[in-house]
Amino acid sequence: MSALAHVGAGTAPGAPGAAAPQPTRKSKLAYLLLLPGAVWLLVFFVIPLVQLFTVSLQSQFPGYPGYYYRDVNVGNYWRALTEFAPHFGRSLLFAGLATFFAFCLAYPLAYAMAFKAGRWRGVMMILVIAPFFTSFILRTVAWRQILADEGPIASTLNALHLLPGGRITETWIAVVAGLTYNFLPFMVLPIYASLERADHRVIEAGGDLYANGFTTFRTVTLPMSMPGVLAGTLLTFIPAAGDYVNAELLGSDGTKMIGNVIESQFFKVLGGFPIAAALSFTLMALILALVFVYVRKFGTEELL
Amino acid sequence: MIRRRPPADPLVRDLVVAAQRSAVSRRQLLGGVGLGLGATALTACAPPPPPATAQALKLPTDVSTTDKVVRWANWTAYLDYDEETKQYPSLQGFIERTGIEATYSEDIEDNDAYYNKIRPQLIAGQDIGRDIFTFTDWMANRVIREQMCQPLELIRIPNANNMLEPLKDVSFDPGRTHSLTWQSGFAGIGYNKAKVGRELKSLDDLWADDLKGKVTVLSEFRDTVGCILLQQGVDISQPIGKAEFEKAVAEVEKRMKDGNIRRIKGNSYIEDLKTGNAVAGIVWSGDLFILRAETEDPNWEFVIPESGGTLWSDNLMVPITSTHRRNAEELMNYYYEPEVAAQVAAYVNYVSPVKGAKEVLAQTDPELAESPFIFPSEEYIAENNIKGFSALSAEDDADFSAIWQKVMGN
Repeated sequence: MSALAHVGAGTAPGAPGAAAPQPTRKSKLAYLLLLPGAVWLLVFFVIPLVQLFTVSLQSQFPGYPGYYYRDVNVGNYWRALTEFAPHFGRSLLFAGLATFFAFCLAYPLAYAMAFKAGRWRGVMMILVIAPFFTSFILRTVAWRQILADEGPIASTLNALHLLPGGRITETWIAVVAGLTYNFLPFMVLPIYASLERADHRVIEAGGDLYANGFTTFRTVTLPMSMPGVLAGTLLTFIPAAGDYVNAELLGSDGTKMIGNVIESQFFKVLGGFPIAAALSFTLMALILALVFVYVRKFGTEELL
Repeated sequence: MIRRRPPADPLVRDLVVAAQRSAVSRRQLLGGVGLGLGATALTACAPPPPPATAQALKLPTDVSTTDKVVRWANWTAYLDYDEETKQYPSLQGFIERTGIEATYSEDIEDNDAYYNKIRPQLIAGQDIGRDIFTFTDWMANRVIREQMCQPLELIRIPNANNMLEPLKDVSFDPGRTHSLTWQSGFAGIGYNKAKVGRELKSLDDLWADDLKGKVTVLSEFRDTVGCILLQQGVDISQPIGKAEFEKAVAEVEKRMKDGNIRRIKGNSYIEDLKTGNAVAGIVWSGDLFILRAETEDPNWEFVIPESGGTLWSDNLMVPITSTHRRNAEELMNYYYEPEVAAQVAAYVNYVSPVKGAKEVLAQTDPELAESPFIFPSEEYIAENNIKGFSALSAEDDADFSAIWQKVMGN
């Protein structure tokens, strides 16, 4: 969450004025301002989470599928981890690949927008944001049409004998491509924000100190954009790992991700509620752990 | 002191025990509560008594007379639709005649997915925004068993008497007190003759090498696995054992592994047929005829496999929380008129449950009235080995659907 706040805030934290503690009137006001957000979080985040946790420990009445009783059934977690390990692996792999490709596409784009676009900057910005004007389900369904066997891309590739399986939809390639496409703006915007704020004089100073273009980029520009890169990768990886729409619409039965399993356990398996809840918690814990390690390794003080 | 059997619930029992002790102080009582909570946490591993299954129905107050609305959830391509006016002509007729504002939504893609989505709301007694839902036999069975639908006042649906005789006394709803058949249909092989380049007759024809990756099968296991069980010589109208089921499932898994089956899908398989992602598959009969009309391509064919196909019905029911039951009943009554039923049958091409619809249709379209897919004769069903999937016990149902989800990669 701090990553998000960072993207939005234009000024660096610790700006003058915020440091000195003020009399109680001001702190009361601060609490008052926090109240709506806190209530929102409590009602729509904490309570459902606690509820979900109790569900994840429930057991089923033997012989009465679909009926549960309160229990401390840790076995649900064990089942979630062992039985669905391939799905967890696939989710992390696909999300990782999508993050990587999104980064490869987004960095040059953000760089161009920040430094080279000139008067086209506004137009490019709109083009990056424009997809949000339509539902992302619709856009993903549209990709089904574009990538269809008789669509332009698949038929061209097939004519050139470049498509081994003869199709794009219902393969992992389509899933990763869909994820990359859907989360690309979340990568572009933070990187753009941090590049745009970078002090041009510092970059020029690199040239003044006889560094060539690449060295300047490696030692000056890239480190300055790291907060944006970090925020972008998190904003792409976390939702991508839990996504099920792309795998459902573009993938096949062999490319299901953990989100699909949670959906099927919740909605399609009679008595799957506890497992689905346990899967949700395991996914949360897994992502939290990964993000923690990642931010520890690459994070800057500015971000945390 | 009179000794009675202590209550089963540990929390209540502790409270009762605490209360029975002489000189109960508030502190002791609170201690008892604490103890009770602790005991609940500790003894939680032993299952409490199973839930009571039969309870008195609590029906909501019906507001049909003041609130002239009926909201209907149904499957895709299941009601006559006019592309030009973007309206459902028969439904429009109902609105004009009765003044009841009927809305129709294609909510249901899959029985399980839809029912499990609304079930928590129904249990909590909340309105699901629908006054009629349409479920396949086996799911209707579960919905009735779980008391999630309202009993119908058949006296308000006189046309229900037009129902075909064999449908009047189905095992899951004897006397049709809770449900009325909407349409019935078959699952079998659907394909595009031009794209496949030959006729497909049996399931083995579907697994031909040149159709690899171009075959779609239904996510409704009673249809997909049902067809395969029939091919393996199992009579699916008799109770099915787990071993038989698993053998048929193994066949599906093999065909997926070999790349024959592209995808196991719900009603949205129609899109794959349209875009050319799939050219053949195990499909529902009426869909192929609608596809033929929509794409204006006469090459779409539906056949019952040589080894037999499945027969199912979808049933109209009123959700337990609906406050518009009478409007819903009026709508059901309307659709059981032979003239209206014929109008629907001519579009959806599924088996009409209404007596007299055939005669009405014969006047306008004699050829369609002879179609075995709309008005099948008993001989046709027997000759082609068309069977309904036997009802499963609650446990088998859960077990089989879990196995099936595994096959689907979930």
